[in-house]
Amino acid sequence: MIRTDKLTKRFGDFIATNEITFEVEKGEIFGFLGANGAGKTTAMRMLCGLSIPSSGSATIAGFDVYKQTEQIKKNIGYMSQKFSLYEDLTVAENIRFFGGIYGLSNQQLKTKSQQLLHDLGLEKEAKKLVGSLPLGWKQKLSFSIAVLHDPKIVFLDEPTGGVDPITRRQFWNLIYDAADRGVTVFVTTHYMDEAEYCNRISIMVDGRIKALDTPRNLKNNFHAESMDEVFYALARSAKRSE
Amino acid sequence: MDAVIVNHLRKVYQDKTAVDDVSFAVKKGELFGLIGPDGAGKTSIFRVLTTLLLPDGGNATVDGFDVVKDYKAIRNLAGYMPGKFSLYQDLTVEENLHFFATVFKTTVEENYDLIKDIYIQIEPFKKRRAGKLSGGMKQKLALCCALIHRPSVLFLDEPTTGVDPVSRKEFWEMLRKLKEQEITIIVSTPYMDEAVLCDRIALIQDGKILSIDTPTAIVAAYPDDLYAVKADQMHQLLKVLQGLSIVKDSYAFGEYAHVTYEGNLLQELNSVGLTGIDLHPTPVTIEDCFIKLLKEKQ
Repeated sequence: MIRTDKLTKRFGDFIATNEITFEVEKGEIFGFLGANGAGKTTAMRMLCGLSIPSSGSATIAGFDVYKQTEQIKKNIGYMSQKFSLYEDLTVAENIRFFGGIYGLSNQQLKTKSQQLLHDLGLEKEAKKLVGSLPLGWKQKLSFSIAVLHDPKIVFLDEPTGGVDPITRRQFWNLIYDAADRGVTVFVTTHYMDEAEYCNRISIMVDGRIKALDTPRNLKNNFHAESMDEVFYALARSAKRSE
Repeated sequence: MDAVIVNHLRKVYQDKTAVDDVSFAVKKGELFGLIGPDGAGKTSIFRVLTTLLLPDGGNATVDGFDVVKDYKAIRNLAGYMPGKFSLYQDLTVEENLHFFATVFKTTVEENYDLIKDIYIQIEPFKKRRAGKLSGGMKQKLALCCALIHRPSVLFLDEPTTGVDPVSRKEFWEMLRKLKEQEITIIVSTPYMDEAVLCDRIALIQDGKILSIDTPTAIVAAYPDDLYAVKADQMHQLLKVLQGLSIVKDSYAFGEYAHVTYEGNLLQELNSVGLTGIDLHPTPVTIEDCFIKLLKEKQ
């Protein structure tokens, strides 16, 4: 679903993302970890078709990151902690707006909104402004809207930052459900317990992927008890920060 | 003497009660943590205590001064690092530090010993504009600026949010050293694992304090025996646990699921065809306590 080969992005003489090579399978939950400034955001922007690489190659759902960025954008969903929804639109309006942008028909919009509101238990809140919802609900709604158009891949940039521990776990249930439906999930997080919920994880240090494996294998290879220790062992050697 | 006293504090924004009858006291030289998710009311409490916001009910004192009547005195003795980076982006590192020293009628030299350990890490970039610094360096500069007038109470609002685990550990090392200088520190964080690094903590949600004590005492008050369980089929295991009547509570916890139960769980799990089951007692963490308190409230 995602395939990169020596994907690189330079800004002047600064190499933000340095020859990263990896593949992500359909329906996989792939954790993309790294310290602040390791090059995660730059890499993600290239994978989403928002930034043209300096060298190397990559395809997303079979589309080329140099030439087919519009097709990429149609086939992915994206959600970050910062780019949320329109706070001064209602829940229903946000669903209509983003569904419309992704080209859903009126009929699809109607069925999909009802389904979404039902699944999240938000039927009563449909006419409330998004700004008035608790953060946890906003994040769950934001995720559901990011997968409303049945994208092949969904990119999640720190989706659970600052969310309470129960909502954080409910959020991961949504991720599992999406993966079960065959959606490929590409997620970044600073919570190391969440790294354990991924099928595979890559850890970036100074622009390069320093480790890539299942959580279990990574812990074995680093003789570590937890992902926290693995991360610490790798990221401690980092020369640069943001 | 208590450095900070908060007494039945309330703050209401239109129809939302951000701080709801909150009371706590912080001893001099204590490292006190407000632990809770975004929207819990942590920032509103900080803004009242730093005299940037008037309370709608109750009262509070900082070093014996009232947050409403004696706001001028508090502004001189409190150091405040807001959650959002609030230094002058177009001033250099050095200029920012001098600016804040001058505003408080002191000099960088006079209090240099206090910030030295932190400042030497950003000193190589002292001619760089603050807006051009990395996240970690901005954070260190902000801490230096909050300390430069040698405050007696330091307020840190989510200093580690969005910061990677390695930088978070470094930041807490810095706080430990500051504590040795007998500065009272109130720090807020959404990261439960940072709670154990505080002397005492208040767990907070929806403007209310759920529990307040030392991390050890909060953990000790957990009423059940907690177990960690994993299987080759984790997602399935979580669903099975939710459906079992002998299970009191269960939720994902990193590699394992945490579970409280009565009866023979191992037998039940084996009977539904799960493999590679590993079930053992596990120490309670602050996150387990928080989850329990949240569920009790709901």
